[in-house]
Amino acid sequence: MGRRTPLYDLHLRLKARMVDFGGWDMPVHYGSQIDEHHAVRRSAGIFDVSHMGVVDLEGERVRAFLAHLVANDVGKLKVPGKALYTCLLNDAGGVLDDLIVYYLSERFFRVVVNAGRRDADLAWIRAQAKAFGVAVVERTDLAMVAVQGPAARGLVESLLPPTPDDPGAREAVMALSPFNGRAIGPWFVARTGYTGEDGFEIVLPVAMAEPLWVALNARGVSSCGLGARDTLRLEAGMNLYGNDMDETTNPLESGLAWTIAFEPASRDFVGRAALEAIRARGGLRRLVGLVLEERGVLRSHQKVVVPGVGEGEVTSGTFSPTLEKSIALARVPAGTGERVQVDIRGRLLAARVVKPPFVRHGQVLVS
Amino acid sequence: MSQIPADLRFARSHEWVKPLADGTVEIGISDHAQAALGDLVFVEVPSVGRSLAAGEACAVVESVKAASDVYSPIAGTVVAANADLASTPELINQDPYGSGWMIRLKPVDPAAVDSLLSATDYEAQLQAEGA
Repeated sequence: MGRRTPLYDLHLRLKARMVDFGGWDMPVHYGSQIDEHHAVRRSAGIFDVSHMGVVDLEGERVRAFLAHLVANDVGKLKVPGKALYTCLLNDAGGVLDDLIVYYLSERFFRVVVNAGRRDADLAWIRAQAKAFGVAVVERTDLAMVAVQGPAARGLVESLLPPTPDDPGAREAVMALSPFNGRAIGPWFVARTGYTGEDGFEIVLPVAMAEPLWVALNARGVSSCGLGARDTLRLEAGMNLYGNDMDETTNPLESGLAWTIAFEPASRDFVGRAALEAIRARGGLRRLVGLVLEERGVLRSHQKVVVPGVGEGEVTSGTFSPTLEKSIALARVPAGTGERVQVDIRGRLLAARVVKPPFVRHGQVLVS
Repeated sequence: MSQIPADLRFARSHEWVKPLADGTVEIGISDHAQAALGDLVFVEVPSVGRSLAAGEACAVVESVKAASDVYSPIAGTVVAANADLASTPELINQDPYGSGWMIRLKPVDPAAVDSLLSATDYEAQLQAEGA
C-alpha cells in the first residue's frame, strides 16, 4: 500500500481511478482524463498535490543557505511572497530535483519539492543546512491543492478564509501577480501552477482541504487527476522530474538554462563548477518540443533519429487533447534542425521540432 | 462493475471473441480493459490477409497515458479490420462490444473458440484480479 494524502478518502468517494505515483496512491482520473484536461483549458479544475513536500526553512542565515543550495539565485527574491523556480543540483551538475522557493520573510523561506524526491531532498537539505544553522521542518500538517483554469481565481475568491485581523488580505490575494503568493489566515495562496493556465496553488491545514474541494466542485470546478496534470504540463512545455531531467542529466541540456544564475560570479552554488565545465565544453544537447506529423503517439524513451546529425530520445510524450496530435519533449544532439524522425515500434515517423510551450492560456502556440 | 456479455468468449489478456454466422469471429477488448486503459486516442489494427498465431500481438491501443498490445486469442487470418477506429478510437471506450470491435478473423480451427474463457470464467478472473 502506498502513502495517502489527506484527500485519499474523498478521491475514492469521487470514484477516482487510483494509481501508484512515486510511492503515493494518487488519482489518475475521475472518469475521463481528456474531459478533465479540457475543463482546465476552458474553465477550471482542482488537483490534489498534497503528495508534494512542503518544507519550511527558518534561521538568520536562510538566504545565504539557499544561495548555496539551489542553482537559481534567491537574490532575485526581493518582495515577500515572491516565488522562484529552481533546480537542486548535485556536485556533478546533475539535477536532484526541481522545486519552487517562496520568500516569506528574511528568516523564513518555504520550498515545495516533488513527491518522489521528498525523502532524498530532505536528507540532502538537512545535511547542508547544519552549517548555516537553518531549521528544516517538513509540514505534514498541511495539504496542497491546485485550482487551475481561466475561471479558477474567481471561483476561489468567495471561499477564501475570513481574516478579521488582516482586513486587506482577500483583496491582496486577488491582486497577486503571477509567481507571487500571500498568507491569508491559515492558508498560503500562490498564483502558480503546472498547467499553463492562470490559477492558484493553495497550501492549507489538512482539515480544510476537503471542504474547499467539495465547495469548488459545487461551483462547477472539475476534479482532475494526475493524467490531466501530465498532459496539461506537457502542452505548457514544463518539465517533469524523472522524465525530462534527473541526476544523470544537467539543466543546460534539459531546457532549464534559464533557471541557472551564473551571475553574480561570486555566488558559489552546489554544482556551479561542474556546470561551468559543461558549458565551456560546448556541443550541448538540447531539450526541444516535437509535434508528430503522422498518426501515432510519442512516448518517453522512443529513439529520435536526426538524419546526418545523430540520435536523441523522447523524454516525455503524449497525445495533446488541445492540438489533437501527439507532442513530446525530446533531448536531441547539437545541430538538430526542424525535421526529425521518431522510431515508434520499428517505424520511423516524421516529427517537427518546435519551441515549447505548445499551449498557453488556452491558445495553441505552435502551427 | 464492468459489463461481460454472456454470449462472448474471453482471453485472459482481456480480449473478447464473438463467433459470427459465416464462420468468422469478431474480436475486441473487454469493457474492463477499456476502462483500465482510459480515454483511447490511437488504435493500430493489422492489415487484412495477415495470419495470426494464437497469443500473437496483432494490434495496439494507445490511451493518453500508455500504449498496450492486443493479442489475438486464437489463430486465424484477418478478414476485416474496423476502419472507423482510425478517426474515432473512442468507439472502444463508448461501445467496446459493438461499434468498438477491432478485427474479424477466419479461424484456423473453429473449435479453438471453445477453449477460451466463458463469461463466467472471465468474471471470476476479474474478481481474482481485484477488479
